[in-house]
Amino acid sequence: MKTLLEARGIGKRFGGLQALADVSLTIREGEVYGLIGPNGAGKTTFFNVLTGAYTPDGGAFAFDGGELPTGKPHRVVARGIARTFQNIRLFRELTALENVMAGHHIRTRAGIWGILTQNRHTREEERETTERAYELLRYVGIERFADTVSRHLSYGDQRRLEIARALATEPRLLALDEPAAGMNATETGRLKALIEQIRGDGVTVLLIEHDVKLVMGLCDRVAVLDFGRKIAEDVPAVVQRDEAVIKAYLGGGKHAH
Amino acid sequence: MNELAAAVPWLGKRNPTAARWLILILAIAAPLIAWQFGRSWVRILDFALLYMMLALGLNLVVGFAGLLDLGYIAFYAVGAYTFAFLASPHFEVHLPFWLVLPLGAAFAALAGIMLGFPVLRLRGDYLAIVTLGFGEIVRIFMLNLNYPVNITNGPQGIGMIDPIVLFGWDLSQNLQITEDFAINSLFLYYYAFLACVAGSILFIRRLQISRVGRAWAAMREDELAAKAIGINTRNLKLLAFALGATFGGVAGCLFGAFQGFVSPESFSLMESIAVLTMVVFGGMGNIAGAVIGAFVLALLPEILRHIAVPLQQALFGHVLLDPEVLRMLLLSLAMILMMLLRPTGLIPARARYAHPENLHRSSQP
Repeated sequence: MKTLLEARGIGKRFGGLQALADVSLTIREGEVYGLIGPNGAGKTTFFNVLTGAYTPDGGAFAFDGGELPTGKPHRVVARGIARTFQNIRLFRELTALENVMAGHHIRTRAGIWGILTQNRHTREEERETTERAYELLRYVGIERFADTVSRHLSYGDQRRLEIARALATEPRLLALDEPAAGMNATETGRLKALIEQIRGDGVTVLLIEHDVKLVMGLCDRVAVLDFGRKIAEDVPAVVQRDEAVIKAYLGGGKHAH
Repeated sequence: MNELAAAVPWLGKRNPTAARWLILILAIAAPLIAWQFGRSWVRILDFALLYMMLALGLNLVVGFAGLLDLGYIAFYAVGAYTFAFLASPHFEVHLPFWLVLPLGAAFAALAGIMLGFPVLRLRGDYLAIVTLGFGEIVRIFMLNLNYPVNITNGPQGIGMIDPIVLFGWDLSQNLQITEDFAINSLFLYYYAFLACVAGSILFIRRLQISRVGRAWAAMREDELAAKAIGINTRNLKLLAFALGATFGGVAGCLFGAFQGFVSPESFSLMESIAVLTMVVFGGMGNIAGAVIGAFVLALLPEILRHIAVPLQQALFGHVLLDPEVLRMLLLSLAMILMMLLRPTGLIPARARYAHPENLHRSSQP
């Protein structure tokens, strides 16, 4: 399988804290790649560095055969990497539909002149953006809430909406930051189905997750971070038996969940 | 227009078409009604329209993009002074209106970008302080640029500014229809300004329901999330400042031509605050709010002034409170009451960011 994303020696330091130290990993096209580790292991920092929210102190990302710009979120998204947030960050006063439409921004071109004159291209683009947003809402299963202001949606639906908004940027790699956090078993099951569906439609998924059962059931390969270092990377069954992982993450031999 | 129509009490919800016609008729008939009370009232209406343009432009920056701008009047000043420089005896330049108007708008937009660059990383209070400073800097420049080379004529201001001339038709002259029937110049200005306000509303509405409007809304709601979906926040902030300033610049040009005189005191911090009050009072982030906020707050002080002066004279025999003092007092009072009773503004309509005709009807709100 082709390599989609390659991280080479990524480092990030906050004052005295080495949040990431020489993290290298490769994500292949079409897989679900899990990133796990105890709290504070550097998972979210890795996301922030990857998506351009932070600039790394060292290392670089290669994405789809080219260097990925660092510290420029909009250019990273343009290249085809979209993310969601651990604590849901929707545009709260906008409807579900408008949230997804906003997500399509980077794939549309209309300029000020086109908008002011409402020429045919702009009107057509606007219609397509709306249609596409409806499709994505249907895709994640919340089309009936299209006109609901997003802060009024239930927690699980907000998570789904955030995924729809990320998909609207037409990513090749979708990075999900703890999408199952705070969900009950039924919701988690539905989320798992959704992620599998996304993968089935050709989008590679990078997943940070605490729910070990979900990670083990869903991911093709898993990397484990501990204190900013990668301590393991393999298929879930192997990682689960890895001594270092059990010690760091599963709490000295006791199996979580 | 739809938002405005929906804001009409009682009628707006039941019969939007009728509400729309009502607004149109009122907008056209307003100066005729005002004329009954004296010509100064038509003048006040003309100014109300200029304030509407300012409120619409500031609403774009504050309401749409969420950038608190306390120096907005600076762009009004840039527009007005551009007009004064290029169409008055001050430099002995008399360029035609159609040339000066786009220049005024362009200079204001440039000033908007000049303000935008240094404040890109600022938010909230810090942004407010820097924009406030910017507004004051522009005013102080206007006040002091008469030495060693006289550019702005300092505190005396620039007078004898050319009027608006559209296709050889001078708006400052009464339009003689027949021997004994003439349309007063104030009416001509009113309808010219009305056309400008209508054009501004159309433009801003188109901007609101577009990829740019949605990107601004996204940036206002959550800047980090906006970045994460690929919105170039730097460019969009600059665009908001530049476009907002353009409206201020156009309004400034019209003001200079209408008034025939500009001086720095028209562009004080208090004016910035007055325009911001109009936006907040009407309801931030929606067009109808800005229009109605501007209309109410431009007219209310004048009405109360006409009541307050005679009232004070009748009660105390002399005027205790100067009308200008009273105006700020009333604006503050209006704001305090508004924040207590209706914090989302007079018209708290949620702005739409998708074309209604593109929406699926099956999904219920």
